[in-house]
Amino acid sequence: MLKDEDRIFRNLYGFESPGLKAAQKRGAWDGTKKFLANGRDWVIEEVKSSGLRGRGGAGFPTGLKWSFMPKVSDGRPHYLVVNADESEPGTCKDREIMRHDPQLLIEGCLIAGFAMGSNTGYIYIRGEFIRERETLQAAIDEAYAAKLIGKNNQNGWDFDLYLHHGAGAYICGEETALLESLEGKKGQPRLKPPFPANAGLYGAPTTVNNVESIAVVPDILRRGAGWFSGLGRPNNVGTKLFCISGHVNRPCNVEEEMGIPLRELLDRHAGGVRGGWDNILAVIPGGSSVRCLPTDMCQNLHMDFDSLSALRSGLGTAAVIVMDKSTDIIRAIARLSYFYKHESCGQCTPCREGTGWMYRVLDRMARGEAEKREIDMLLEVTYQVEGHTICALGDAAAWPVQGLISHFRHVIEERIDQYSANSKPDGAVREPVAAE
Amino acid sequence: MPKLIIDGTEIEVADGITLIQACEQVGVEIPRFCYHERLSIAGNCRMCLVEVAGMPKPIASCALGVNDLRPGPNGEPPEIHTKSETVKKAREGVMEFLLINHPLDCPICDQGGECDLQDQAMAFGVDGSRFKENKRAVEDKNIGPLIKTIMTRCIHCTRCVRFMTEVAGVSELGMTGRGEDVEITTYLEQGMTSELSGNVIDLCPVGALTSKPYAFSARPWELRKTESIDVMDAIGANIRIDSRGREIMRFLPRNHDDVNEEWISDKTRFVWDGLRTQRLDQPYIRVRGKLRPATWDEAFAAIAKNIKRGKGKKLAAIAGDLAGAEEMFALKDLMASLGSPNIDCRQDKAAMSPAKGRGSYLFNSGISALDETDAILLIGCDPRTEAATLNARIRRRWRTGQLKVGLVGQETDLTYDHDYIGASPESLKSLIQGKHGFAKVLKAAKQPMIIVGSGALSRGDGSAVMALAAKLAALTGVVNATWNGFNVLHHAASRVAGLDLGFLPAKNGLNTAGILKAAKAGKLDMVFLLGADELDMARLEDTFIVYQGTHGDAGAHRADVILPGSAYTEKSAIYVNTEGRPQMTERAVFPPGEAREDWAIIRALSARLGKPLEYDSLEQLRSAMFAKHSHLAIIDAITADDTFDLKKLGSGTARIGTQSFGRAVPDFYLSNHVARASATMCELSAMKSGDTSKATGTDG
Repeated sequence: MLKDEDRIFRNLYGFESPGLKAAQKRGAWDGTKKFLANGRDWVIEEVKSSGLRGRGGAGFPTGLKWSFMPKVSDGRPHYLVVNADESEPGTCKDREIMRHDPQLLIEGCLIAGFAMGSNTGYIYIRGEFIRERETLQAAIDEAYAAKLIGKNNQNGWDFDLYLHHGAGAYICGEETALLESLEGKKGQPRLKPPFPANAGLYGAPTTVNNVESIAVVPDILRRGAGWFSGLGRPNNVGTKLFCISGHVNRPCNVEEEMGIPLRELLDRHAGGVRGGWDNILAVIPGGSSVRCLPTDMCQNLHMDFDSLSALRSGLGTAAVIVMDKSTDIIRAIARLSYFYKHESCGQCTPCREGTGWMYRVLDRMARGEAEKREIDMLLEVTYQVEGHTICALGDAAAWPVQGLISHFRHVIEERIDQYSANSKPDGAVREPVAAE
Repeated sequence: MPKLIIDGTEIEVADGITLIQACEQVGVEIPRFCYHERLSIAGNCRMCLVEVAGMPKPIASCALGVNDLRPGPNGEPPEIHTKSETVKKAREGVMEFLLINHPLDCPICDQGGECDLQDQAMAFGVDGSRFKENKRAVEDKNIGPLIKTIMTRCIHCTRCVRFMTEVAGVSELGMTGRGEDVEITTYLEQGMTSELSGNVIDLCPVGALTSKPYAFSARPWELRKTESIDVMDAIGANIRIDSRGREIMRFLPRNHDDVNEEWISDKTRFVWDGLRTQRLDQPYIRVRGKLRPATWDEAFAAIAKNIKRGKGKKLAAIAGDLAGAEEMFALKDLMASLGSPNIDCRQDKAAMSPAKGRGSYLFNSGISALDETDAILLIGCDPRTEAATLNARIRRRWRTGQLKVGLVGQETDLTYDHDYIGASPESLKSLIQGKHGFAKVLKAAKQPMIIVGSGALSRGDGSAVMALAAKLAALTGVVNATWNGFNVLHHAASRVAGLDLGFLPAKNGLNTAGILKAAKAGKLDMVFLLGADELDMARLEDTFIVYQGTHGDAGAHRADVILPGSAYTEKSAIYVNTEGRPQMTERAVFPPGEAREDWAIIRALSARLGKPLEYDSLEQLRSAMFAKHSHLAIIDAITADDTFDLKKLGSGTARIGTQSFGRAVPDFYLSNHVARASATMCELSAMKSGDTSKATGTDG
């Protein structure tokens, strides 16, 4: 369990003011100038050795990502883009940072910008985050007024920070779609290569980072890489914001040590599973797009990148969605499938056509109105989508369905049996079924 | 030069190409829908997935540069598998996805038989469908009188969107919506305003965009395909004529990298209905003010009656814009044998003549040089209407950011940014004096170009304009030892051949203006119009007019004797394009009714007039023609001109006018008699001029 003094986000619950003064009291902007004075390589080295892995879902080492940026500019500007388009169902950690601890994010932007030789940063915030946008903008204005960022600021690295708000498309959280959207185009993922570090925003070298990844950097520098890497489990270090939702007694956001056992996380912070631990049916451990886990897999589960990917699931954004035995798991996954159908950008074939197909089959399966061989067909369709698309949305749409089929096939089969048992000999069904 | 191993074959490929091109080089066919060599890479259809050893996922080969592939740990070349089980599965999967929402209405689809989706489904798909849900339906869009849309068939490859945005330069097509609900649309359901829009029909890999005029009229396997040349402008676009029986069903482009690449203009593509209507299918003679059908004998007799022996000087001939070299050669011979010096192929009175070297009327740099030039000055020229495919090529060069364009003439939307210098020849003077900044741009450019439009030369002061342009060219280094950027852009297909053949007034002969003047004064016995319709017919009121041509247009209305000839699709004839490139049309169908090949009519007439020409067949005519003009024999090659002298050209002393440059082609869609007879072209012209009554509604 994380000790109070090891917390990075001390105002996660908004008990104190998000304002600059209060943030500085909590430690923000302390020693920033000194870090910059240590030079670019020092910052990157420090972040590398802290073992920080990106908090946006994929878990790519942040320091390594920064080091991909060209050391010397070829005339093009460098850009830092912060991905605050937090739209993954179940995830609400960045929202809290922007609401209550925005100065940590802004300080992180300055340091990250310095580390990659960028004088301009953009924060792309989700369209629905209206209050958060206001708070964050106010915080940016405060930081400008206090000469913490901007031209000729007291930290010694010219850095302009702009807040751009999206229009509420999930796909704009994909880094290259985000860049397209930021450029004023339709939010559709780009082909890679070229990767953003070579040609990103306006064709210039760009690094896109998650809000949390950026916001933890100042504290890593303040307390030292060793402190951060000392928390958690090997290769999965530091603290992490968990968003616990679903059938728990007290849904909450909480900062915890990486690798905390799931049961401890739920019992200590979320008041336990509704109806007791044994009432658990399934857990989606990392936001809607990872495979769900059934009860038996949840028993001694450590919440970190490697443990979860060993179970073919993922830590993702650490949005833990708990479902107890009252849940209709097929309907639940069908609803997620609907989300991906709705949010597919429509650019590439497998995702455009596959998401709708998967949803429709699942929708029928939720009613039992399917045949058993369609389960395998559906599974095959998910494999046809997975890995064949331009961006990862195709994978994200396929994984929940794969999780459902691999762990809850018996539920689907029972539902189908039940449905066919109720049908008349001529094949007609007694209950009228609404046309889609 | 990266090395690759594709399906076991090791190959070294050029830098910068994509994997799909590398695969083509070893002869491996990769299926694709969205990829097109001449458009930007979208990578969205996912049909071209291949397996690269060491990569976890299959890779879209159209989007991956060969330089992005990493060699193995010991430097071994990257291995690509295109026939593996993974690839086969990936293709089958993508194909299944493409087909689940495709209506599979091939039996009633005009694309049937030439459909990429159909072909590739046969080659790379599976035979059944597992999709049981309802299919998506998409509302059809009305995007004008040329393109029929059945949007349910669309597979969202976005080739059409990319073509319109990148090549045609009008961002009128786009993709709206997300996910399954994406649609290709013009947003406001307006007709597309590009003169290249028809190319999206060829680009569309399925039957979503098909030709509206051609709808439901033929199947590709019923058509006889004839490779020929277009004459709607002076570019000489390479086309394929698809005919069935006696009728032309449609025109398609053929690829020629140095001429039209694989685009053709809407006029070229859709003018075919004009070849069916208003046709002259038998001789006519005017009796008591009215034209009546006649036999060839009667027609020739009527002509013979009007030609008085020894009065050759009272005869004249003008060749029109669509005449082939052979008939001009024959007519020139005939007129000479009759003793007439009054012949002219410049019915627009343009100041062009071989006297100052062939280079004074050619597009000397060649069309493909547009890919290299870094500055263009357009003088009295609107390439968008005069040569639409050439304009697209200028635009492509401009899109690289390495081309600056200046315009002297009527300001217009060229589809690329340009520096507007002025409307009249005064601006040329200010360029010569260095008062305008664009002179510096030309001077600084490594491969500058001046394009003089034929409209600029057909003014009264045409030769003075030419002299100014040449002077400017000399000053700004447009011509040097390795580069000749002094270009004349014609819009009449027959013009360069006419000038090459010397279909021009002989000594003391009258030119077009002189012929019209003399005719008005009643000094001529006969004017022979070889398909010449763009003349002020009122001035020919009082003269005996012979019109040989194909359509009942202005010339035929005025004529006293009509000799029905053949259109460019009905004869084999040589046309020389604006670069000086001779190209030959082929006969796809026979001329209608009594109409005959033009050279044969002239040959027959010569016999009736007692001055038989010395050739009895097209081959004999051609060998006579090639004997005098050898360069015409080398089809599809540009013969360099070494007599071109910029100094001589710029030394004119003629007075320059002050009025603005006009338009050589006032109405793109109605620029010749074939186009004027085409209902499609008339509809487009009406749409363009603001009469949108035909462009809206729910037809189609």
